[in-house]
Amino acid sequence: MTSDLQRERLAYKRSRSRRSTAVALVSTVVFAAAVWFSVTRAPGWPRVRLSFFNLSTAWRTLPAVLDGLWLNLRVLVVAEVLILVLALGIAGLRTLRGPVWFPLRALATGYVDLFRGLPLIICLYLVGFGLPGLRLSGIPNDPVLLGGIALVLVYSAFVAEVFRAGIESIHPSQLAAARSLGLDHRKTMRLVVLPQAVRRVLPALLNDFVALQKDCGLISVLGAVDAVRAAQIESAGSYNFTPYVVAGLLFVLLAVPSGRLADWMSRRAARRQGA
Amino acid sequence: MSTSATDPVLAVRGLVKRYGQATVLDGVDLDVHEHEVVVLIGSSGSGKSTLLRCANLLEELDDGQVLLDGVDVSDPRVDADRARRAMGIVFQAFNLFPHMSVLDNVTLAPRVVHGVPRGTADDRARDLLSRVGLADKADSYPDRLSGGQQQRVAIARALAYDPRLLLFDEITSALDPELVGEVLALVRELAGQGRTILMATHEMGFAKQVADRVCFLDGGKLVESGPPEQVLGDPTHERTRRFLRRIIDAGRL
Ligand SMILES: Nc1ncnc2c1ncn2[C@@H]1O[C@H](COP(=O)(O)OP(=O)(O)OP(=O)(O)O)[C@@H](O)[C@H]1O
Ligand SMILES: [Mg+2]
Repeated sequence: MTSDLQRERLAYKRSRSRRSTAVALVSTVVFAAAVWFSVTRAPGWPRVRLSFFNLSTAWRTLPAVLDGLWLNLRVLVVAEVLILVLALGIAGLRTLRGPVWFPLRALATGYVDLFRGLPLIICLYLVGFGLPGLRLSGIPNDPVLLGGIALVLVYSAFVAEVFRAGIESIHPSQLAAARSLGLDHRKTMRLVVLPQAVRRVLPALLNDFVALQKDCGLISVLGAVDAVRAAQIESAGSYNFTPYVVAGLLFVLLAVPSGRLADWMSRRAARRQGA
Repeated sequence: MSTSATDPVLAVRGLVKRYGQATVLDGVDLDVHEHEVVVLIGSSGSGKSTLLRCANLLEELDDGQVLLDGVDVSDPRVDADRARRAMGIVFQAFNLFPHMSVLDNVTLAPRVVHGVPRGTADDRARDLLSRVGLADKADSYPDRLSGGQQQRVAIARALAYDPRLLLFDEITSALDPELVGEVLALVRELAGQGRTILMATHEMGFAKQVADRVCFLDGGKLVESGPPEQVLGDPTHERTRRFLRRIIDAGRL
């Protein structure tokens, strides 16, 4: 039972949206064509295409790079789990009140200051070459393990701050409500504050996860044969940079699902806020 | 425990509370006896909410005592969490937990503080929710409820563990007149059951009907306290008279 007025309005809106789609399509095609022409008409293009976009080399080196990526993936999963646990612990320590907890609080603050400021590459070198250099018994010298440790150290400092921001964004009235019901500090954190805080910072956490995904490629500087290292070996063997492009594309492909997931989560969060 | 039959459920002694330079409560004395409904009145900013929050030990006191059944619970050596279990507070702004369903909001304290099994807690919560007219909202989330509905959930949450003392902080101030009626009817019912209640309100008409005693708070002090007919009808203090005249001029009595 729509009135003529509403029907006319809907028809107008539909025609506008058809128009927008057409405009978007045309402008995308024009833009892509312009980029294509300016790149392929560049004087060095034939050589670049041979050494960076060589299809047969790409196909030949794909298995080795994929093998390396499998290592990256395993490091990613294990590191992310450790990072989340450690970061949550550090954030928890930083929210403790009372003089008894001063040493722990100070330690957590120092940890965050140190590892958030330290460039990842330097941390990798220090852990990867410095730790085994001590020649203490029990210290591993597997580059994958050492690289993983460095990643966990740096990223847990970042993620701890994300968690802390989430915890502190919970309004004090929520704490008052929980305490008034007789819940102690730990139960208040676990049942009232953390569930809300984690939900609030999920998009930020996913963002850090994507960053970690590609930074996993840095363990190659310690000699771990991951996707980047595999690409390096292949490219040295074939005097061609294509394997790097292959590895790069694989990392990008890996990041896409996480990126879409993050978008979806923040949209859902926005919808909830609006509800 | 030095509990005796004559001890008031809640006794506030010489309570002082400061925020920075401002002294919000300046030596307040107040007793609430068993089955008594005590109503706090006073202009906005006079410290009614602060007094209720101090009684619930949610604020650090600057001086004075809060005694629950004769036990000084403001003593730092006393476990404040344990003391709070004897009290149920309903906040001016509801403060429901947005990430939990209505049912979970109500059953949280019984389950995790009082160790009631989930099934029993759920049954009792559904019973409470139907008493406040929200049986069909048990599985909704607080954001999807109207203000009046949220306030009634908050009341059910405070009732869920049978506290000895109920603290209500202007539980109708965020509601439209129709919902005010809804919530006040519920409070009247609770008072009728012989609950011990300390409540802050701007609803003078309501205070007149349910209060056993009305206390007027001004300038950080309890200026006047007595039966509603006397405090609201024939106040002895000039400040109370002035406050009531403003209320009457605003058409709220
Ligand atoms: N956390 C706080 N920090 C600083 N000042 C505060 C805080 N809470 C309350 N106050 C101040 O204490 C005074 C009393 O506030 P309170 O909320 O107790 O008033 P009230 O009587 O409940 O008022 P209303 O009727 O508007 O609810 C106000 O001047 C307020 O600004
Ligand atoms: Mg108030």
